[in-house]
Amino acid sequence: MTDLTKLTLDAALKGLKNKSFSSREITQAHLDAIDAANPQLNAYTLVTADKALAMADTSDAKLAKGEGGALEGAPLGIKDLFSTKDVRTAACSNILGEFAPPYESTVTQNLWDAGAVMLGKLNMDEFAMGSSNETSAYGPVASPWRRAGGDNAKLTPGGSSGGSASAVAADLCLAATASDTGGSIRQPAAFTGTVGIKPTYGRASRYGMVAFASSLDQAGPLAKSVTDAAIMLENMCSADDKDSTCLKLDIPKWTDSVGASVKGMKIGVPKEYRVDGMPAEIDKVWQDGCDWLKAAGAEIVEVSLPRTKYALPAYYIVAPAEASSNLARYDGMRFGDRKDGANLTDVYETTRGEGFGAEVRRRLIIGAYVLSAGYYDAYYLRAQKVRTRILKDLQAVFQDVDALLTPTTPSAAFALGENSADPVSMYLNDVFTVTANLAGIPGISVPAALDAQGLPLGLQVLAPALDEATCFKVASALEDAASFTAKADRWW
Amino acid sequence: MSVTPDDVRKAARLSRIKIDEDRLDHMTGELNGILEWIEQLNEVDVDGVEAMTTPVEMSLPMRADTVTDGDKQSDVLANAPRSDDGFFVVPKSVE
Repeated sequence: MTDLTKLTLDAALKGLKNKSFSSREITQAHLDAIDAANPQLNAYTLVTADKALAMADTSDAKLAKGEGGALEGAPLGIKDLFSTKDVRTAACSNILGEFAPPYESTVTQNLWDAGAVMLGKLNMDEFAMGSSNETSAYGPVASPWRRAGGDNAKLTPGGSSGGSASAVAADLCLAATASDTGGSIRQPAAFTGTVGIKPTYGRASRYGMVAFASSLDQAGPLAKSVTDAAIMLENMCSADDKDSTCLKLDIPKWTDSVGASVKGMKIGVPKEYRVDGMPAEIDKVWQDGCDWLKAAGAEIVEVSLPRTKYALPAYYIVAPAEASSNLARYDGMRFGDRKDGANLTDVYETTRGEGFGAEVRRRLIIGAYVLSAGYYDAYYLRAQKVRTRILKDLQAVFQDVDALLTPTTPSAAFALGENSADPVSMYLNDVFTVTANLAGIPGISVPAALDAQGLPLGLQVLAPALDEATCFKVASALEDAASFTAKADRWW
Repeated sequence: MSVTPDDVRKAARLSRIKIDEDRLDHMTGELNGILEWIEQLNEVDVDGVEAMTTPVEMSLPMRADTVTDGDKQSDVLANAPRSDDGFFVVPKSVE
């Protein structure tokens, strides 16, 4: 029998429906693949094998009767940021200890309602604060990709959804949930040759997602193809009374947009994204993307987003400020890990000082600083105003163009440890992605080429709020033209 | 606006995060590096610009003031580091 883990989600769903194989078979194939790969890749922090097989058997019973939901029997991986009932959810932080939520996140509940099977929880940067998966309390994730003819150094799959990206790229799940606060879906997608989309803010419920920066956080999938990403997103998003910022809108059939023509579309190329020191190969893949879309009948126009370079510094005020408020709940009293201390304040300070890792401590202290008396106007309020200007710049550009095409990241994946000395150099990974979070618009990353070292490079498509359909149309035109089929050579 | 070790100590205190005195200088250096990079925001003209607080333009939804959930004492206490007889057990907070 063919290796069931190599199938796309779309192909697997068809095979399950046709009874070419059972959910138990494809679930077991993935569990075996995880067993073999996880000691090297560290993509999963928890494998729920018994639960997976029980869910698979339930699905098989439904499939046998010709019943079942849109994802019936499909084994998925879940980022450790999503609360899963009675299954440890730690956001890869020590401070949550063995926290097992007594409730389920809306996004994962939607997936189970559609018949999906949970393989386990996926590694991530602690509280989603990181771009390399190196801040996880469960250790870094390795990408399945390695530099060709190189030193065999372990490379980052990106972050914060590093476990999700590595697991999808290494065929350890058919698709995975992820989340994106500054680029945490799209940057890992670019680094691992996978497809990732962050929808419009409010499309997916944040209920049961461990909060990082509430005005920026948004769930989305990492998947093997644009079609798979559309299938996943359709089944993750919903209106939800449990999240007051969740949009009360019907979810479009995004799979219909995949493969739809881009003829006559106007695609903007923002000139400010041509940053100093951008590698020639990134520039080339961007030009290739323009040429592909032109050949498909779209018109390419240069546009200007004059405040582009201010997006990242504004983000590093807004996100830590929101985080310092959100993470105040981790006091060691009602859940999570408590450390002893001389008095109550000492208990709080020791619990949080030891429970949070270095990057989380750094961001919480910055957040408290920029919100504190005397600095609030100079930092936080100013950043919120810059955010308004960035949004207005984008809205003006979208009067003229249907979508924007940019590189997803300023470089290919780097080696673990290579970029961790200087926080700002790590933050620069998100320079092309963060604008979409500040403005709340959708963005998708699609693999476009391999660089000279044999590593994937991604292209990003940004569209106006609520127009994920355009993201999918343009991304699928790029996917067709790039015909990116490369997979990492198995070394694990 | 340069951050001093004292500023860091104060912000850490506000955050209820213990940091070792011997890590204070290092942390101050890191924060100054980040905040210096952030200073470029001062180049943006924000006169008369409204602060953005949410990316969704919608009024907060209303709902009926009815009880929709509850009777979950054991769920609420299930993850408590310490609990006793239906209560959270916490360190003494009143002298």
